[in-house]
Amino acid sequence: MSDTLLTIRDLKIEGRQGDRWQPIIKGVNLELKRGEVLGLIGESGAGKSTLGLAAMGYTRDGTRISGGSVLFDGLDLLSLSERRRRRLRGKRIAYVAQSAAANFNPAHRLIDQTVEAPAAIHRMMGRSAAEQEAIELYAALRLPNPDEIGFRYPHQVSGGQLQRAMTAMAMACKPDLIIFDEPTTALDVTTQIEVLSAIRTAVQEIGTAAIYITHDLAVVAQMADRIKILLRGDEVEEQETRAMLAAPKEEYSRSLWAVRSFTSEERPAPEAATPVLRVRDVTAEYVPGTPVLQDVSFDIHAGRTVAVVGESGSGKSTTARVITGLLPQVRGTVELDGQALPPRLPDRSKDQLRQVQMIYQSADTALNPKQTIREIIGRPARFYLGLTGRALEAKVRELLEAIELDPDTFIDRLPGALSGGQKQRIGIARALAAEPKFIICDEVTSALDQLVAEGILRLLKRLQDERDLAYMFITHDLATVKAIADHVVVMQQGRVVEQAPKSEMFTPPHHPYTELLLSSVPEMDPDWLDRTIRARRKG
Amino acid sequence: MTLHPLAFMILKRLALGLVTLLAISLFIFLAIELLPGDIAEEVLGQSATPETVAAFRRELGLDQPAITRYLAWLTDVLHGDFGTSLASGREISELLAGRFANTLFLALYAAAISVPLAIGLGLLAALYRGSWFDRTVNIATLSSISFPEYFVAYILLLFFSVKWGLFPSIADFGSDASLGTMLYRTFLPALTLVLVVTAHMMRMTRAAIINLLAQPYIEMARLKGASPARVILRHALPNALAPIINVVALNLAYLVTGVVIVEVVFVYPGLGQLMVDSVAKRDIPVVQACCLIFAGIYILLNLSADVLAIATNPRLMHRK
Repeated sequence: MSDTLLTIRDLKIEGRQGDRWQPIIKGVNLELKRGEVLGLIGESGAGKSTLGLAAMGYTRDGTRISGGSVLFDGLDLLSLSERRRRRLRGKRIAYVAQSAAANFNPAHRLIDQTVEAPAAIHRMMGRSAAEQEAIELYAALRLPNPDEIGFRYPHQVSGGQLQRAMTAMAMACKPDLIIFDEPTTALDVTTQIEVLSAIRTAVQEIGTAAIYITHDLAVVAQMADRIKILLRGDEVEEQETRAMLAAPKEEYSRSLWAVRSFTSEERPAPEAATPVLRVRDVTAEYVPGTPVLQDVSFDIHAGRTVAVVGESGSGKSTTARVITGLLPQVRGTVELDGQALPPRLPDRSKDQLRQVQMIYQSADTALNPKQTIREIIGRPARFYLGLTGRALEAKVRELLEAIELDPDTFIDRLPGALSGGQKQRIGIARALAAEPKFIICDEVTSALDQLVAEGILRLLKRLQDERDLAYMFITHDLATVKAIADHVVVMQQGRVVEQAPKSEMFTPPHHPYTELLLSSVPEMDPDWLDRTIRARRKG
Repeated sequence: MTLHPLAFMILKRLALGLVTLLAISLFIFLAIELLPGDIAEEVLGQSATPETVAAFRRELGLDQPAITRYLAWLTDVLHGDFGTSLASGREISELLAGRFANTLFLALYAAAISVPLAIGLGLLAALYRGSWFDRTVNIATLSSISFPEYFVAYILLLFFSVKWGLFPSIADFGSDASLGTMLYRTFLPALTLVLVVTAHMMRMTRAAIINLLAQPYIEMARLKGASPARVILRHALPNALAPIINVVALNLAYLVTGVVIVEVVFVYPGLGQLMVDSVAKRDIPVVQACCLIFAGIYILLNLSADVLAIATNPRLMHRK
């Protein structure tokens, strides 16, 4: 038995765009030994997932392999018949996807899906033996109630548990190779650390090799023996993990490390000034009697950024909904410039509506794909400021210049012709068009690559300085908080558990929950995961 | 005791169904009132003197104001009495019983063939989408609904009955025929209906399945090594049941209530034909009774579709 499990030689993959085939992977080589974990990193569009799937001899609709070879344990996957390839998939090569919620079939219980490959598709064992093994795997991945959890449907299980159940599903046939495609990207940091540790232990126990795909360097540092960096379908470099972290050779690799460098000076809140926005003792509920926000209070001053952090379900976005009037609070007040805002959106004056604007997480869905940039940015300027004709045109052009997009190039484009970062800039311009005092930024950088995200943060910072804007910055990413916040509000289960100026927030002692959040953010140090888990077990 | 949410939903919908029936009866009553002429004029003809017409009206109770007649009819119905036919004087329940049984028989016959056929073809078309099989099935079923029903019926008559003499052209099987005879005599009307309803259900099945094929869990099933047939039957079909059940229910309702033309072409004594005749005669009580049966069928089938759609959806059946 050869020591090498997977050899990919000069692999080329193309994707169809309209009626042309464009290269996605441009001749990549890859070698993986048995039991070894290779980290594959790069920005979105680098071809990581396409390459990962090609290692299973699989291509998505609209993509094709146009050259090269994939040798798995001596078998040439590309020349095998589809039937023979199916016999390998799930059994000897398994896949763990990014969104467990979308990748579990909602119609079947977890255990039915876990035992499907060993018991029904590949017929390696009987149903009851497979169920027994599934339960053992659930236990190995530290799922609560391993005996029972499998008998639930996917919607009855939390995201972090689903992700672990999917890893169990991939391990059900004891494969030689598992492709992990961003398995923790959709999770909160506090959940991510547990899933990472469970995956790593389980991978070591069954001795499987793995390709670990991610865009997060700190995560890959914990998981991989070697790291390969991809950029637009080309390999940039490959090194042992520690060597790569210590001394990346290529310019691009170094730039990936450097993007976390942007930080703004913290500015203290002005004394004795009326805050632009004051949230005081706000309680809100979707179902009467079960509050989702309880006694939430904080102030935001002109020219300052307040970051609101917390896990999903902590009430960050609900707070934004209360401020904008979409969800009227049952108790407490929201004040704009010292004046209480009517809780219900229809009761607010046009000027009050104008002062509070919002930028959304997904610029893809927040921009109408059928409207040109001129219409998208022009509409709030016309509606709130009453601009028409040449004045409106001038306003739109001025805003495009403010967001660093050339007006002549972009003004008549549709959102579809823009990149992710450019779309988010349009979202910013649309919020600015109303000339507000206060903007809610709801996870505005979390769907973007790090370099692009940093550009957006710098832009937001500059606009703030120029226009004295107050930002409420909703995020779950603490690196973003460090970069842009003046003041930090930590939320958990609908309550504010701690709030302080940024410098104070990042210096101990912390509230226990803030401590948990801070210590869960992965660091570049490859020993971070071991150290943190050990510290938690002790504590 | 707390009621299961599903049981509560069924009760609520049944109550709403009763309100719907009431509204329909009122609507039909008013619609027939608006038609020119009444049964007295229809029966007695143009030559009748105004006196005889008036006397006949008095005898049938038609001299009463419309609202009084409607309320009297409603009271009787609520007591389980559909009244007598104005045209023939027979008990309506008796008149309807035989006809309704005939209509149901034909509908079930057609459904027993068309539902499995449509879903089977839909699944195969989804499995081999883009292939010659898919295209052939699509063209064939689309052609069959593109022709009017009576055209399909007469074409079938021409070949199966007149030219080849395989099946009878008149579907009436009398009162004491064996099941075999019944199936044989009603084969052509049933086939006509099958051709009319199959396309809709087949295309919905195909579309509902294909719609799901882009879902990540379908790709996951493929990456577990599942065969294309397994992917469709085990992973796509359970999630496509709700739209399929709905379109099946709609077509079943059509088989009961929309078959007038087929009944006429094949001289089949069903409910649809009775209703058309009764409208022509302004025989209001019979029309009302037919409408209530049709509406009731619609309501029950739609309710069953919704209940089944919920029962097959784990998100709604098994709460968190």
